[in-house]
Amino acid sequence: MLPVHEPAPTTEPRPILRLRGVQKSFGDVHAVRGVDLDVGRGEVVCIVGPSGSGKSTLLRCVNLIEPPDQGLVEVDGTLIGYEERRGRPRRVSGRRLAHQVARIGMVFQQFNLFATMTALENVAYGPRRVLGLSATEARVRAEELLARVGLADKAASYPRQLSGGQQQRVAIARALAMEPVVLLFDEPTSALDPELVGEVLTVMEEVARTGTTMLVVTHEMSFARRVADRVIFFDDGHVVEHGTPADVLDSPRNPRTRAFLAEVR
Amino acid sequence: MTEQQVRDGAPLTRPVTDDSALGRALAAPSLERTHGRSLLLGRAFSVVAVAAAVGLVVVLARNPAMDWPTFAEYLFDERVAAGLRMTLGLTVTVTVASFVLGTVVAAMRLSRMRGVSAIAWAYVSVFRTIPLLVQLLLWFNIGYLFPSIGLTLPFTDLSWSVQTNNLISATTAAFIGLTLHETAYAAEVIRGGILSVERGQHEAAHAIGLTRTRTLFAIVLPSAMRSIIPAGMGLLIGTLKHTAVVSYLAVSDLLYAVQLIYNANYRVIPLLMVAVFWYAVCTTVLSVLQHLLERHFISRYTRGR
Repeated sequence: MLPVHEPAPTTEPRPILRLRGVQKSFGDVHAVRGVDLDVGRGEVVCIVGPSGSGKSTLLRCVNLIEPPDQGLVEVDGTLIGYEERRGRPRRVSGRRLAHQVARIGMVFQQFNLFATMTALENVAYGPRRVLGLSATEARVRAEELLARVGLADKAASYPRQLSGGQQQRVAIARALAMEPVVLLFDEPTSALDPELVGEVLTVMEEVARTGTTMLVVTHEMSFARRVADRVIFFDDGHVVEHGTPADVLDSPRNPRTRAFLAEVR
Repeated sequence: MTEQQVRDGAPLTRPVTDDSALGRALAAPSLERTHGRSLLLGRAFSVVAVAAAVGLVVVLARNPAMDWPTFAEYLFDERVAAGLRMTLGLTVTVTVASFVLGTVVAAMRLSRMRGVSAIAWAYVSVFRTIPLLVQLLLWFNIGYLFPSIGLTLPFTDLSWSVQTNNLISATTAAFIGLTLHETAYAAEVIRGGILSVERGQHEAAHAIGLTRTRTLFAIVLPSAMRSIIPAGMGLLIGTLKHTAVVSYLAVSDLLYAVQLIYNANYRVIPLLMVAVFWYAVCTTVLSVLQHLLERHFISRYTRGR
């Protein structure tokens, strides 16, 4: 039978990442002052703003490197840091928390590769020990990912034998190896020599094109303009302004955004 | 022409002609020689120092009381060998036990749980306070405090007990005392190593979903080895020498073995030299081992040496 009524409009797909009222203070310093944010599946969101504005802290609240003082983080329907028991959310820790966090990838400003492991071991370790792949499966996945970031020939190198750009590409491969639901980038090019920035941004752009959901804290305005679906201007622990890259970067409405963009240009 | 040229030919520097400190220093013909003279003085001092050391050794070696024939006679004596085995056995077992326990204490000390951390802190404080010899004597005489140790199953007649003096022999007391003592120091060495590892390593491990325990053992401790190995080997060499105090409890270690011999024949110095010789051999072997360990495990993945 044909429906008599118009079908109800399909509800928007649920955002893959939702933050509600996230707050974080360090002593008297209010780094993040109550942030609400939704990120859709496959969306690339760039967060820009002055240093010390709390944007890195916000990112670190998502995977509970810095557990928020208040507020909730939901990733793909899972409330991070909680588990429902008898209908009520209860805090979790240890193995259960680690299991939740494993689905949130993160790339750090200082790369943070495991110093005692080769590039291949860095990428294969998570899939092997956390996702439970066999040694062979984990190695194959790591080799594929190293090839994808253009470092197939560096599989046996230790981090200290690699340039900053190469280390960061390994770090991206390590994050991708966990098949993350969302991938966080915390100023991924800020610690790099200028001539090495390009190779990392190229890899990030490729990752974005393949549909990975990305939340990127960055100072690379040209990257934000080219790759981001949305740009957020963050200052003093707040989302000050958000919209398409053209909206925020080319015709900012807020005076603080304008002042910041004038500085970095 | 000493001035460097930039691309367009303009000099990067101008000749120094003024009467500044730089000008005077550049003009001084003695600049090289003053450095040379201090180097020469240093060399002269080294030569004198080495000569004095060699002289001292020669004087000692030629002293008739050294009695080298007796030294040679007892160097491979079966009683000395047995003592050396006891010394080495104690050193190895105490080191293994104290590093295992030390890792536990260090992990407890770094725990986020206040109570756990406080217990570890108290342990380290107490066992670094009591002199090793005093502690050994306490363990050896524990029988005065607890004459017998027993277990009784509640609500039954089953019970088991043993005289403490039978349970804790001199060797056991030595092992317990040394281990508890060295554990306190090993815990600090390991804790220092863990703290030397960058925070980023913990964060990266957290981000791929490792628990804190796995992070400690799989990521942090291997990385901490670069500072644990040098300090830990120092501790191991220290343990080797600390075992000499067990001769106070009449445990037949290397020192006790030579004491027994010289108490009988009064050739004190050559027999002490026998002990010195074997302690030196063991220490040297350990130093070489440290060098190999550092080369094998560390230089591969750390900056610098």
